[in-house]
Amino acid sequence: MRYHVAETFEEASRLAMAAGGVTRFLAGGTDVLVQMRAGAVSPDDLIDLKKIPGVRDIVQAADGGWRIGVAVSGAQLGVHAGVKRDWPGVVEGMELVGSTQVQGRATLIGNLCNGSPAADGVPALVAAGATVTVTGPGGHRDVAIEAIPAGPGKTALRQGEVISALTLPARGARGGDAYLRFIPRTEMDIAVVGCAVSLRVEGDTITEARVVLGAVAPTVVLVPEAAGALIGTTLDDAALSALDAAAQAACKPINDKRGTVEFRTEVAGVLARRAARIAYDRARGAK
Amino acid sequence: MSKIHVSTTVNGDPVEFLADPRESLLDCLRNHLDLTGTKEGCGTGDCGACSVTLDGTLVCSCLVLGVEADGKSVGTIEGMATGAELHPLQRKFIEHAALQCGFCTPGILVAAKALLEQNDNPSESEIRYWLAGNLCRCTGYDKIVRAVMDAAAEIRGAA
Repeated sequence: MRYHVAETFEEASRLAMAAGGVTRFLAGGTDVLVQMRAGAVSPDDLIDLKKIPGVRDIVQAADGGWRIGVAVSGAQLGVHAGVKRDWPGVVEGMELVGSTQVQGRATLIGNLCNGSPAADGVPALVAAGATVTVTGPGGHRDVAIEAIPAGPGKTALRQGEVISALTLPARGARGGDAYLRFIPRTEMDIAVVGCAVSLRVEGDTITEARVVLGAVAPTVVLVPEAAGALIGTTLDDAALSALDAAAQAACKPINDKRGTVEFRTEVAGVLARRAARIAYDRARGAK
Repeated sequence: MSKIHVSTTVNGDPVEFLADPRESLLDCLRNHLDLTGTKEGCGTGDCGACSVTLDGTLVCSCLVLGVEADGKSVGTIEGMATGAELHPLQRKFIEHAALQCGFCTPGILVAAKALLEQNDNPSESEIRYWLAGNLCRCTGYDKIVRAVMDAAAEIRGAA
């Protein structure tokens, strides 16, 4: 294995483009090193991104959005007052990933590029309408988060492409988000179902919403029908029932040791209700 | 496979070693630097036995490549006592019998020290969540949690 330390994302892209065999990018390493150890992946070229200037920075943009470096750890994000204030759902999702030790290394972009449908860091990013900047042989392009996962362990990134930044949009007034997952214990487990909701209110009425489910399909899924059930309502019982039904209808889960199809589908509806309530309360509390 | 020269600081001492780029920091500490206090449990970041600090952040050394430690500062269990004087956490673990086989103990001590450095008065619940990534198959955790709380109280009293 050749270990490269890239100094720019353009260099990382060139190294990956020139590599003939298995290539991996290294940020937190909490998935890549485990896969290497298990023999699941034996990279010929490992490209470390952590020495690229700015990759550990969290910077507020002029419009109020946040630009989060690809090597920002969960621990770093968890103590960042500004991002926690604007996007608490994004932060609480990331903080559910692994132990204190894993939080010291693990990154949001790594969680995204690992391609797990159960990634706790991803649903709230999709709900937030976050984008990533992809640097490749053809230059840079900005892509919606939901366009990256392509199935379990797969992404839509092509050879020579590397994610060089994550951008959360400006939260704006009267917005709130939340992420919840179900696991059979209190800590240190993989989501059986996850759900993120981001919404905005005008008075008590929901004017914008995005609802995202995790671990119930081959990728994290954005559910516009579930958002439609919320918009124009005051989150009354009828809206919650419609949300529950729309969330369940979007589920195409697998049966495995962590949950059956029936259980995952039902829990998706329950978590959607609860996450919507939290996001709604946060949105109104922030007015 | 050419080895890579790594210069790093371990427990305040500058050290150098040659690492295969595939070697974990854990293996480098144990096999190149003879610092065998850091233990390998699972090797996949689940058990916490290999906990060290990297530039002050608690990490599993099995999930860090040795070459990534270049230019950084590593803290291990060997740096915890001051000469022959044990750290309060180490003393309290003995007093409370917070270990049996002892294999998880170095990792738990390093993790607990990192907690107390940022929170000198953690609740029982905070300690249990912080140490959720440190598995112990002997004690049932209760004595560990009590030892950490007692050590925190002593450190607060001394301050």
